[in-house]
Amino acid sequence: MSTIALHGAGTTQPVGPAAKRLSTWQAWGLILVAPYVLVFAVFVLYPVGYGLWLARHPASYVRLFDDPVFARTVVNTLLFLVVGINVKMAVAMFLSGFFVHTRWWIRWLSLLFILPWAVPSIPTILSFRFMLNPEWGIINTTIFRLTGADGPNWLNNPQLALLLAILVHIWKSLPFWTLILVAGRLAIPAEMYEAASVDGATTWQKFRFITWPSLRTLYLTSSILSMIWTLGDFNSVYLLTGGGPADQTHVLATLGLRYLRLDQVDLSMATVVCALPLVLPLVWFMMKRLSK
Amino acid sequence: MTRLSLRAASAEAKLLLIGIPVAIWTLLPIYHLLLFALSPKEQAVSGKLWPEHPTLHNFSMVFHQQHHYLSHFWLQMWNSLIIAVAVGAITLFIATAAAFAISRLRVAGGRTIMNLALFTYFIPAAFLAVPMYKTMSSYGLLNSQWALILAMVTIATPYSIWVLKQASDKLPLELDEAARIDGASPLQLFRLVYLPLMMPSLVAVGTYALLLAWNEYLYAFLLLSDDRSTTLGVALGSFLSADDSPWELLMTTGLIYALPPAAIYYVFKRYMVSGLTAGAVKA
Repeated sequence: MSTIALHGAGTTQPVGPAAKRLSTWQAWGLILVAPYVLVFAVFVLYPVGYGLWLARHPASYVRLFDDPVFARTVVNTLLFLVVGINVKMAVAMFLSGFFVHTRWWIRWLSLLFILPWAVPSIPTILSFRFMLNPEWGIINTTIFRLTGADGPNWLNNPQLALLLAILVHIWKSLPFWTLILVAGRLAIPAEMYEAASVDGATTWQKFRFITWPSLRTLYLTSSILSMIWTLGDFNSVYLLTGGGPADQTHVLATLGLRYLRLDQVDLSMATVVCALPLVLPLVWFMMKRLSK
Repeated sequence: MTRLSLRAASAEAKLLLIGIPVAIWTLLPIYHLLLFALSPKEQAVSGKLWPEHPTLHNFSMVFHQQHHYLSHFWLQMWNSLIIAVAVGAITLFIATAAAFAISRLRVAGGRTIMNLALFTYFIPAAFLAVPMYKTMSSYGLLNSQWALILAMVTIATPYSIWVLKQASDKLPLELDEAARIDGASPLQLFRLVYLPLMMPSLVAVGTYALLLAWNEYLYAFLLLSDDRSTTLGVALGSFLSADDSPWELLMTTGLIYALPPAAIYYVFKRYMVSGLTAGAVKA
């Protein structure tokens, strides 16, 4: 191709058809990538720049740190992360061992099990909220029927409310991570378990010496990614507790909206900036992992 | 023989011991939703496991918009649908074009663009919500459905590009070379070779963007405040503000709102699971 092109080009045309064709392919590449670049510039770059500009005053941070709700929010967020991620991932690990069993009823159960992840948050979280209603909720009416005593006012107690928000978060995201770990487990060769059985290994030993070493990397990556997503979980807290009672159950993802409502956009953006030291290393870790 | 079957029975019992609590845990809030939807108003809070007189009355109330909370039910349902479809289509268009340019045409700077997209994907959307709100307001788009569509496209494209690029990198390079030698233009390569081969991933990505938009609450609630332009999800959230909310109607509407994504998920499960779980964590 290129030799023919060179002959045809002669000396009057410094750019041969081959080179020209290459540049049309490049030109099409630029045209096709342009819509995304445009979206990125207009709806990512500009908002981020605007947000950082709004958060430029040191005074905003002074006011933010003086707000007792902010301190409470940081503690809540850390609690949410530590409890939420570890419980979720440990249970997902355990359940992935259950779902790899081949039984007809386990296959049906796995179809149902994915529902919390497949349906939108609002209806199910509102359903949780109504279950927890102190007067008419199904939980407290059941407690009353069984014991004759009044149940706790679940969402009016900050500790309890935060714990329940974590529980709702786990309910919603557990299926996804279980599915990921099931996929990981299915990739482990069955012969390894068979050989271990022949050698008389216990269930725990099989987990300790076969499953865990094979899934360790996946488990760590999943935990990091889950941490990023948990940090951004607005719905579980906002729709269940609304940040209440008395703004005691906010997390970083919901606090920004609180300040927006109070018409303090600079504090709202300062909150996001304060979350960056936590978010950016996680993002960096994930990008490293994915571009490998 | 009996010993063996005894052992099998005990293994089955152990599995059931895990399976039954898992089923209850998973279904409890969903069953609660269904129970409310099927109960007459005064029986919804009776604490019974199944209503004595199950009824579809609540559904009829919702479908006929017979409550002031529901006066725009069909319009909001339509808004949800039109926004989700628009987000799915626009995301698919932008992401496919970008993935093709980066992966097959090796456009200059493609790697940087991919990294920027990934970076956007990993920053939690909740943290971008307030700046997005301010941005849309400065573009004069607040309360226009375009604001929500464009915001959701922004959130959905990065991951879509990444999934499509991963799938696209797996196609053999010889395909492109053969097409070039045959004198195909980039567009012909795109239309005749690339799109048909990428179909499964395109279905996965389109469904992903569609469901993301349908399920979204925070952005919808920030960007659309008018009852007539907002989505069904936001309308559900507005029930929360009042103490005298008609629970049974809220739960019924919630159930109706949750059904389409669940159905779509099951229909496209094959594509979703392979396309999305493989993409989420590449270990």
